[in-house]
Amino acid sequence: MVERGTFRVKKGMAEMQKGGVIMDVTNHEQAKLAEAAGAVAVMALERVPADIRAAGGVARMADPEKILRIMDAVTIPVMAKCRIGHFVEAQILEALGVDYIDESEVLTPADEHYHINKHKFTVPFVCGCRDLGEALRRIGEGAAMLRTKGEPGTGNVVEAVRHMRGVMDQIRLVQNTLEEELMTLSRELGAPYELVLEVKRLGALPVVNFAAGGIATPADAALMMQLGADGVFVGSGIFKSKDPEKRARAIVEATLHYDDPEHLAAVSRGLGEAMPGIDITLLTDAERMQVRGV
Amino acid sequence: MLEYEGKNASTIFKSSSFKDLKIGVLAIQGAVSEHMHSIEKCGARAVAVRNSSLLHDLDGLIIPGGESTTIGRLSRLYGFQDGICALVASGRPALGTCAGLILLAREVENQDPILSLMSINAKRNAFGRQRESFETDLHIPVLGEEPFRGVFIRAPLIVSVGEGVEILGRFQEYIVAVREKNLIATAFHPELTDDLRFHGYFLEMALQKAG
Repeated sequence: MVERGTFRVKKGMAEMQKGGVIMDVTNHEQAKLAEAAGAVAVMALERVPADIRAAGGVARMADPEKILRIMDAVTIPVMAKCRIGHFVEAQILEALGVDYIDESEVLTPADEHYHINKHKFTVPFVCGCRDLGEALRRIGEGAAMLRTKGEPGTGNVVEAVRHMRGVMDQIRLVQNTLEEELMTLSRELGAPYELVLEVKRLGALPVVNFAAGGIATPADAALMMQLGADGVFVGSGIFKSKDPEKRARAIVEATLHYDDPEHLAAVSRGLGEAMPGIDITLLTDAERMQVRGV
Repeated sequence: MLEYEGKNASTIFKSSSFKDLKIGVLAIQGAVSEHMHSIEKCGARAVAVRNSSLLHDLDGLIIPGGESTTIGRLSRLYGFQDGICALVASGRPALGTCAGLILLAREVENQDPILSLMSINAKRNAFGRQRESFETDLHIPVLGEEPFRGVFIRAPLIVSVGEGVEILGRFQEYIVAVREKNLIATAFHPELTDDLRFHGYFLEMALQKAG
């Protein structure tokens, strides 16, 4: 018997992306450039997060026409974003045949209380997280891959660092907590108890966890890898920079050689200007995408 | 909710110990730690091969699943090819899974071959996109009668094989596992199950060569 959409098949797909860079693209030319630079997947979007931030209004799933053109242009996996809780956008993306759905805070949430029941889908989902409780709640809903939320479209890595450290700290906390204390800790974390037990047994998250939200340079990517990320998403960081092709290649190499400073020094040279950055403390609460859908 | 394979390592290992074997896993990108874990569970040593200087004193090499475009481009960029070809030419075994199969193939549909070491013609993403990915029981005679769980993720398949290539397993009419002398390639991911028979079979080859 052939079984599709098992948790192992969904989670395994993310495992094949480890050590790689997933790049946001808004058209098929950018997708081809990303593939040639060594991206392990592309995220098909209407606009990159920095432009979504600038445009304001309601950000929705990309036009299927655009997603299909990107799927035709490359042989690497194509991901696409749907709004948090918008299970019909997810159904449409699954029908289009995208390889992974990102239920993403970068788009305007469609539901302020509930995420999508991701177990119902054959296509796997990736979701954002800022701490272990959020990570395990998303897995509980069926996410087969995680990423830190960071603060998308800012070119400022500080929030991604905060979230990666937060998740890693809490994994260590779970490991060092006695089994009889884990129910109370689960309540405090807001995490499903069974998944907390799983984290204790594995000493790690049960699914792959990438870094995302504010990565703009090869050094940013390597920083996130040294903090324990399995790979990185780069949103606005590539196509909002002066020389996207060179920067894309450099970030791919930095993600592989994340612990080799000499290599990092070599790939960081002469990349031209990075995307303009935003000081997080100047954002109002309404401008912070990371607080959407917790 | 989370699925973990309950199957234990089979008893097919003929040799008492693999502990002196050092097996490299090409660590450019992809399911590196999963293969290392399987090798270690079989009792051998696993090394992540992140630069080509680590290739020369290995007893065998695994080329893992990942994105073959990425692994292919970076293996060229970092000059892994000569080292891998030398390892294979010396008779030491190599195992390629999924993207690793694409790297080993002499012909790949609609793209240039990468290492060109095996007389097989491969097709990428042959079963379709991720929603078509699947798992199923396979019959692989060299591993014994018990079915082997084949996990196929955007998997390639082997369209045709050259002379001297032994077909180890099929899914329906498709060829999904092959051996040619000291090389093995699978379209599926043995490292994503707890069944260690495939890694054990590979380690037997390494042990025979190492003497």
